[in-house]
Amino acid sequence: MFIVNNRKIFYLISAVLVGASIVALAIWGLNLSIDFKGGAIAEISYPDGKPTVAEIEKNLEKLNLGEHSIRPVGENGYLLRTRELAETERASLLKALTFDDAQKIIEERFDSIGPLLGKEAVRKSLFSIILVIICIVLFITFAFRKVSEPVASWKYGLITVLALVHDVLIPAGVFAVLGHFKGVEVDTLFVTALLVVLGFSVHDTIVVFDRVRENLKINRETRAKKSFEQIVGESISQTFVRSINTSLTTVLVLIVLLFVGAVSTKLFSLALIIGIIAGTYSSIFIGSTLLVTAEKFQQKN
Amino acid sequence: MFKQRIIALLVIVAAVGIGYFVYQTESSNSNYNFKLGLDLNGGSHLVYQADVSEVAAGDIASSMEALRNVIERRVNLFGVSEPIVQTESAGLIAGKTIAQKLIVELPGVANIDKAIEMIGKTPLLEFKLVQEGPPAAGTTTPTLTLIPTGLTGRLLKRAALEFGQNIGEPQVLINFTDEGKELFAQITKNNVGRVLGIFLDGEPLSLPVVREEIRDGSAVISGAFTPAEAKLLVRDLNYGALPVPIKLLSTQKIGASLGADAVKAGVKAGEIAFIVIAIFLILWYRLPGTVAIVALAIYVVLNLAIFKLIPVTLTAAGIAGFILSVGMAVDANILIFERLKEELRRGRTLQDAIHEGFTRAWTSIRDSNLSSIITAVILFWLASTSVIKGFALVFGIGVLTSMLTAITVSRTLLLALGVKKENKITRFLFSCGI
Repeated sequence: MFIVNNRKIFYLISAVLVGASIVALAIWGLNLSIDFKGGAIAEISYPDGKPTVAEIEKNLEKLNLGEHSIRPVGENGYLLRTRELAETERASLLKALTFDDAQKIIEERFDSIGPLLGKEAVRKSLFSIILVIICIVLFITFAFRKVSEPVASWKYGLITVLALVHDVLIPAGVFAVLGHFKGVEVDTLFVTALLVVLGFSVHDTIVVFDRVRENLKINRETRAKKSFEQIVGESISQTFVRSINTSLTTVLVLIVLLFVGAVSTKLFSLALIIGIIAGTYSSIFIGSTLLVTAEKFQQKN
Repeated sequence: MFKQRIIALLVIVAAVGIGYFVYQTESSNSNYNFKLGLDLNGGSHLVYQADVSEVAAGDIASSMEALRNVIERRVNLFGVSEPIVQTESAGLIAGKTIAQKLIVELPGVANIDKAIEMIGKTPLLEFKLVQEGPPAAGTTTPTLTLIPTGLTGRLLKRAALEFGQNIGEPQVLINFTDEGKELFAQITKNNVGRVLGIFLDGEPLSLPVVREEIRDGSAVISGAFTPAEAKLLVRDLNYGALPVPIKLLSTQKIGASLGADAVKAGVKAGEIAFIVIAIFLILWYRLPGTVAIVALAIYVVLNLAIFKLIPVTLTAAGIAGFILSVGMAVDANILIFERLKEELRRGRTLQDAIHEGFTRAWTSIRDSNLSSIITAVILFWLASTSVIKGFALVFGIGVLTSMLTAITVSRTLLLALGVKKENKITRFLFSCGI
């Protein structure tokens, strides 16, 4: 009952986090990768020792690359970011990087994405986030259709949406901060992480709601006449351990993936960890307690 | 009890068999090796935009198919192993700007630069009517308008090199397909006396005047060719007269070493993740936890076998998705075991509590996994890159198989243990917490 009784404190914590995320997003925005805005990235390494940035810059001058950046990666490598490059431009870039074949290089990776494809990725990403949220709400409303007393089933759906928006905003806010201070970029994989967070965070919410559904039924059958507040509080404490444990196993694997896994999936794991923790928090402390608030609100009117 | 044990034995034997299949097919040159995506194996991924603005709506599908065939032929010519050439038509979501896409994947590293260059170079042959209009104000040269006729390289059957009868100049002889033959006859019939220009990549090759209707479906391009140029044009036309123009939208090229590192890191992360989960399950859920580890091991081999059999192309994101699904696969077990513990507290016997635990946890498991499946389906459908598609597929398969192993397999194994005695030890083994 501790959680239900102190729900206002938990609302406040969430409100502060969500507010901070919105502010971070509004001020700095997300640092979009070339997936969304187009451009090129080349990762190269010099197996026989690398030249300095200034030496490379000098060679790149004649290429008309426009605004670009060179950043060292690993022991012998550089990461070069430029505008979108055509195939012929890539060839002349590689030639310039080898100092006209004087230096041996390995082209580890080259990505060039046109602005049209970037726009398509933005559109698809936004559309898929909205679609996932809508589908989940419809699904929750359907799954809890038989529970209409005392809170209507569509309200379970609506509360789930609030929780989902909360779960997506917090990792987005963290990445806005990381993007501003650390230059961390968000790519299509980040959007994928958000979608997985949406699917996962509903897990825990459903576990609690499912228990509320069951306890309401028992309450009716046994004519115990417990208050709705009490039923929700009991349901939360009955499911508390399993909600934490299911998230814990997932977060544990993700932490392993963050530290041991492939470089390309590190940020993906980080986004998932933040999102899943936010999701677990919202389903225990926000989702179910909002049910109580909704019921109180009904009684007042 | 006896029956339960037989079933449990069969499950374990089957799992060992599947595990042996996974292991065995990895060590040999078998057809069932894991299929690794470009980001793990190295290679190039190219996305082209096909400009179908001049193709009639009904013909778009067939010209895209023709485009795919032409490019595939070209790529094969260069000896790239197992290239993937596929077309993708974007639905409403992608907007009208990129309606038709052509995706080319070239695995491996050798020869790729040349192959890419060649795809880009492939010529587009078009026949256009040239119409002279009145001169624009202030000039004396007439304005030229080009009217597309719909006759393009798509309708080309074959091209051949010839030398003209008079001065021996090189000429390119073109034969149209039946459809092209009809169209060509119709165009020449209706436009006697007008100029029917032959354009290669938008540049006029020659501008012959139509003298009469041509019914045999052949045309001659003569221009200022050297024999070598004419020969090259014939080869390009035969192997790749593009039915529609294409434009490169994106290039992704990954070196083999970066991919190999990603595979190693992914496998290592998977192993450590499994051990971490196993330790957690034993510490917290004791005997049922141990059963869950066996079920989880079965889950892993089952999934790996499915990846090999479908086959699923694994990317770094796909491996991450699989490891993530390992973490989520035990969720169902946790729900069941927590319920089991609760039923024990209510004073039920062990056997009853096990049954209740599985039955009562089912609705939560079903509902929560369905939401993950919804996510996976939408991700797969709307994926903007093959990386995300790969992730969605692995994740979706994982959620489905986890429902099987976490529920059916662990119940079978738990019942087969046949713990009936109720004493302090069995109570301890079946409760949980540290």
